[in-house]
Order: sequence, then structure tokens, then C-alpha cells
Amino acid sequence: MSTTLEPPVRARRLTKTVGDRLVRVAEAATTPYLPADFMDLFAPLRPGADLRGRIESVDPETADAATIVIRPGADWAGHVPGQYLRIGIDIDGVRQWRAYSLTHGPRRDGRISITVKAVPDGLVSNHLVHEARPGTLVHLEQAAGEFVLPPEGGKFLMVTAGSGITPVIGMLRNLFPSTDEGVLRPPRSAEHDIVVVHVAPSHPHSIFIRDLEALDAAGAVRLVARYDDEHGVLDVDDLATLVPDLAERTTLACGPAGLLDALGAHHEAAGLALTTEQFRTARVEPGDGGTVTFASGATLDLDGATPILDAAEEAGMLMPSGCRMGICMGCVIPLREGSVRDLRNGAITTAVPGETGDIKVQTCINAAAGPCHIDH
Amino acid sequence: MTTIQKKSVLGQDNPIAHLTEADIEQIGIELDAIRQDVLDSRGAADAAYIRRVIDTQRKIELGSRAVLLFSAFPPAWVLGTLGLSVSKILDNMEIGHNILHGQWDWMRDPKIHSSTWEWDMASPAEQWKHSHNELHHTYTNVIGKDNDLGYGIMRVDEDQPWTPASLAQPVFCFINAVFFEYGIAAYDLELGSVIAKKQTKDPDFRRRAKQVLGKIRRQATKDYVVHPALSIPTGSFLPTLAANFTANIVRNLWSNSVILCGHFPEGVETFEKRSIDGETKGEWYVRQMLGSANISGSKALHIMTGNLSHQIEHHLFPDLPSNRYAEIAPKVQALFDKYDLTYCARPMPQQVYSAWHKVVRLSLPNGWLKTTNVKNAPQQLGILYKMATGDRRTRRLLGRKLESEARAAA
Repeated sequence: MSTTLEPPVRARRLTKTVGDRLVRVAEAATTPYLPADFMDLFAPLRPGADLRGRIESVDPETADAATIVIRPGADWAGHVPGQYLRIGIDIDGVRQWRAYSLTHGPRRDGRISITVKAVPDGLVSNHLVHEARPGTLVHLEQAAGEFVLPPEGGKFLMVTAGSGITPVIGMLRNLFPSTDEGVLRPPRSAEHDIVVVHVAPSHPHSIFIRDLEALDAAGAVRLVARYDDEHGVLDVDDLATLVPDLAERTTLACGPAGLLDALGAHHEAAGLALTTEQFRTARVEPGDGGTVTFASGATLDLDGATPILDAAEEAGMLMPSGCRMGICMGCVIPLREGSVRDLRNGAITTAVPGETGDIKVQTCINAAAGPCHIDH
Repeated sequence: MTTIQKKSVLGQDNPIAHLTEADIEQIGIELDAIRQDVLDSRGAADAAYIRRVIDTQRKIELGSRAVLLFSAFPPAWVLGTLGLSVSKILDNMEIGHNILHGQWDWMRDPKIHSSTWEWDMASPAEQWKHSHNELHHTYTNVIGKDNDLGYGIMRVDEDQPWTPASLAQPVFCFINAVFFEYGIAAYDLELGSVIAKKQTKDPDFRRRAKQVLGKIRRQATKDYVVHPALSIPTGSFLPTLAANFTANIVRNLWSNSVILCGHFPEGVETFEKRSIDGETKGEWYVRQMLGSANISGSKALHIMTGNLSHQIEHHLFPDLPSNRYAEIAPKVQALFDKYDLTYCARPMPQQVYSAWHKVVRLSLPNGWLKTTNVKNAPQQLGILYKMATGDRRTRRLLGRKLESEARAAA
């Protein structure tokens, strides 16, 4: 290691203090706002800004799925194929956060992409597939997730169902880039022996099926496609038949909870390793009342008619409060998980961890609508 | 102004005497329906509106401050001061006031949220939210509960006893208008009552006072040190300082006028403390309807007042986005007509005059203004002098005489 490449410590400290002073002056000149609030007007993707991105294109994959290509802000730290990203987009004026798998390996042009399947009643997925337009500014978080392939390679079985293919396609595209000359097999893919068991309702409804078929034809992976309308619903006990060397492989699975649970039981019984990825946490249907858990550890069983604030105070908890009629916002606290109902008009607010993030709700006019967790 | 409850006792016209309990409940139901209509159609266009206003305000501020770097050049001073005044008014009214009300919380944008917003004025957002959203909006125009009525320092009602100190009220009110942002900060701090109750050592008060002083220091450093200093290269230190000072005063006078227009003009009703015991939602709505006054005018006026020109709509629905008040105003007014209530709306000069006329009238003993004309002015001034310098008994006797003369004249 050479030390001459590093600037002398004293000079660095000097530039740092000069920089700090400039920042302090800029802050003093813009208070109560931050210099960033003004810079965001002109350069929302600049280094140092909150992480955002701009949609560059929306490319249809099937009738109800599309790949969204995004130019991320300058501070995008990159990702490993298989990881997902949380994206926040304003729909009808309301910021909605969801998690989607990145469906490309790191791209040379620095763009990132997610592939979204519009699910029935899916507010965000339908918006992204059918309404989103290039040029829209979206809010991002850095890539995250442990659902990645070990770089040293090995023998793998990927079990994917429906849009569960998305993290896997990111891995496969990175290992076997598809070009005009066909599927490439760069050195980094030499040590990977991959079988993909992909489940979908039917061939035309299968996202990325052409990519999978091309990879299979080129001998990069072995594809076992199972369509519900053709082969019936997959029984996990058939895996040993579909993949004879199942025991030698590490299984990575991504799909709906039902499949992952069945696979978990199957692999546990067989003593096999399994890594899973699931996006949609089991969603609770809003009901009347429910158990409210507070960050302090307290829990309250509430009916559907009592404001959370009243019940919590009744239980002796110290709660922020104000007008107690829903106008002053003095009582808002974050709802981490679960649903609450606005007692004035029945409107339901639902927070899903990892997707919506915390949602601030007014406790004085909201009652529990199912089990919820409140950060207070 | 006499509270609605006293009006009926005194045989004066009580504007809600004709409403039955069922009427009041129905008013509540109809107003809820108007609110729900807005909630159902609230969406991307509204979000775009507030972002556009914020974007515009910030660009005006940047532009004005850039121009003021050359403020030694008089046209630059005029342009920059004008721009900065507009920017500060937008910041405080259409943006700050309304965001701090939580009108835009539904967007779930952490940058435009009542729990995170801070504004370009002396009072810290947190303290203002308590005194304004919680106290003023809940107890609107209830004597003894709503400190916004005269900010606890003025005589705002005939029923409050007149004292010689009341004479200083117009001057005091004007000084408060000029330095309004500091008045608000002191008021949000409840400085008057804290000093009166000798609670200045209370740790919570200390914490809040520190918060206010910190905010004032940062605000003053920005306006009176940093920006003037940045103008030194063009020899514009003092002109820029003067420009910032002027813009702050313009903003203070403007927001004070708008706020006076909201609850102070003639025709706005006040309520007794005990009248809100067990108040229903319908009764709360009616109190808001009669306790507020609108300013009629152009779209630009509505924006510059932060849509507080729709004070009635704002008080009925303080959490609805301000850009929607204009649209629901005709429906609200139709409801007033349906139930034979008076929708108090006048152009700004009239409302400001009306409010100041009341400030002056109440600075004088009840009936004094009514019984005074050019001819008897010297005698009347004599009476006023006696009342101001005499003991309590003299004041009471002369006061009664004035009141009965005024009644006889009417």
C-alpha cells in the first residue's frame, strides 16, 4: 500500500474545516430550511440528495407485467443480483412504498430495473404497469436482501412461482448476459450449475418465460416449467422426480407464502438447505377491533368503536393528544403494522412493514381494525 | 360584541335562536358530507398544487435574495424587497400555516408533513401548533378559552370591564401588528400568564423559552447577518439588512391584517365558556360558522392570505387542503342561507376597517363613541379623562351613564 496517494493529513483536515464552514454558512443562510431543499428544486438526483430516481422507460413484458427502467440518483450504491429495492411513488398524491426485485445485474449504463406484475387490487403494481410514465421522479432506498448467489458457485435449484421469478432473473441475466450473438457464458458463470423450476398459471402469463427458454436452449440452465393449466398445481413432493439430483443442490425459492411453506416443510423433512424470499407478507383483512401492541410492550384488546387514544389513556399510558376531534394533528404517531379505521368516515389505513413503512395516524379518531403495532 | 348567550338574555337578536336541535344536527350532517366529497376527490392535482406553491415560493426567495446582493442599487432593493416580502408571506400563509395544520399529511411525504415542517418566522412550529391548532381551533371564539381573541392582552368584548389601560389598546395593537411574529412567539409561549403566575422557573417553560430564543437567533442571524454580509462585496450590507427588516415588517402587517379579518370584524359572534360543555359536533360546527369571517376577493388574494380569506371554510374543516376552500365556499354559503344564518364576507379593506374600528371602540368605555359627536366632543373628552383618572366608583357611575345615554340614543 502506498501512502503517497493519500493527501497529507493536515491539508485534508483544512479542506474539511473549510468545507464544514461553508456548509454552516449555507445552513445559516437558508434556515429554517436546508440548502438541500433549495438544491432539490434543480438537481434532485445529485450526489448528497435523498436517494431518488427517474423512470426512463416502462417496457411491457406480458399483458399485465412490465419492466421499469430507472436512472438512480448519484448516490446509488449498486446491488448484487437477487437483491430487492424499496421504491416510493406518488399515486393519487399519496406516497406509496413497495419492494421489488432488481431484474438486471449491475448495468453498464448505471440504470436499474424492476419488473412488476399487476396483481388484482394492487394499487402500486397496477400503477407501475399501466399508468407510470417516463420522467416520473420516484423515491428509492438502497438495494437490500440476502437472497443472492454465492460468488464461488455451486449446484443450485431455483424454485420460482409467478412474479417470484424476478430476483432469479436478475441473477441469471447477470451470470449469462443475453446479446445479439446469443447467450454468453462469461467466466463468472463457469462454477454455477443451475436448475430452474418455474411455476406459472399458464405459458402466456409467465413473465420472462422467453428469457428462461433462451437460457435453457443455450444450455446455460435447465428449465423445468410447470403451468397450472397444463400440468396442474405443483406438488412439492414431485420435486425429487423433476430434479433427480435434488439432494446435491442448494435450493433458493421465491413465490407466494403457500408454496414457500410447503417447500419449507418438504426440505426440513428431507434435511435439505433452503433459502427463501417472500415479498408480500400475509395481509390481515381489516375487521372490527383488534389487539394493539405498543413499542413500550403494552398490548390492548380494543373494539372497533373506541379511539386508540382513549383506550390507551384509559390503560394509563402517556399519549400525545390535542383537540380529540381529528383537527389538530397533535396526536399523530406512527402505525408500524396493521390497519386502523377512521371513525368519522370508515376510511381504512393499512401499514405493511417493509412495504408502506410507518404511516402516521391520528389516534384520537382512529380505532383498531385488526391487530396493529404502534410505535409509541 | 356580546356573547351569543348574553344576547338572548339582553333581548338582543340571537342569530341562532331559530335553530332547533334537529336543525343543528342536520347542519353537522350536511357539513360532514361536504367534507367527505373533498376527501373522496383529493388526489394528484392537489398534491401538485402544494408542490407548485412551495417550488414557486423557494424560487422567488432565491431570486429575491440574489437580487438583494446588489441592493445598493435602488431598483434592485425595491425588486428584492418586494420579492422577499411575497416569499415570506407565501411561506407563512399558504405553505406554513396550512402544512402545520396537517392539511397535506395525507400525502405521506415526510418533507411536507405537519410533524416535520418548520417555517420562516419566530415561533417554533411545535409551539404554534399547540396554541393554534389545539386551543384556538377547538375553542374558537369562546371567551376565556380562546386566547386568539385579543391574544389575552386586549379588551375584545363589551362585557369585559373597561380600564384606563384599555385606552392604549389601539397603539398596543398596532405595535403588535408591526412585530407580529414576535408577538405570536411570546403568545405561543404563554409568556403573559407564565410571568403573572410566576412560573418562569418551570423546567418545561425554560425548555420552550430556549427553543423560541434559538429560533429567533437563527432567524435573525439569517436575515440580519448572513445575507447582509454576503452583500458586502457590492457595498450592500446596510441596504440588504434594511430589505430583510422591511420584508419581515410587511409580512407581519399583512398576516396580522388577515388574522384580524378572520375573527374580529363586526358580525362575528363570541360564545360563553359554559356554552361548550357537552357541545355536540353540530354545535361545534355552528360555533365555527358564526365565529369566523371571510374576505372576498381575487384568486391572488386568496393565495396570499393562505386561503384564510376562506376563514369560515377553514374553521369548519381545518384539515382540508386549502386549495379546495374556494370550491366548497358556495356550498357552505348555501347552507348558511338555508338555515338563515349570516355568512360574514366582505372585501379586505372593509374587514380590516371593521376590525380596527372595533379595536378603537373597545378601547373606549361602552357607549362613549356612540354618544360622542363634534359638538359635545369637549365634554365627552372630559368624561373620558375623569373615567381614566378617577377611582373605580367614578368609572362605574360614569360608565353606566354613558351606556344608558347610548341606549336612549339608539
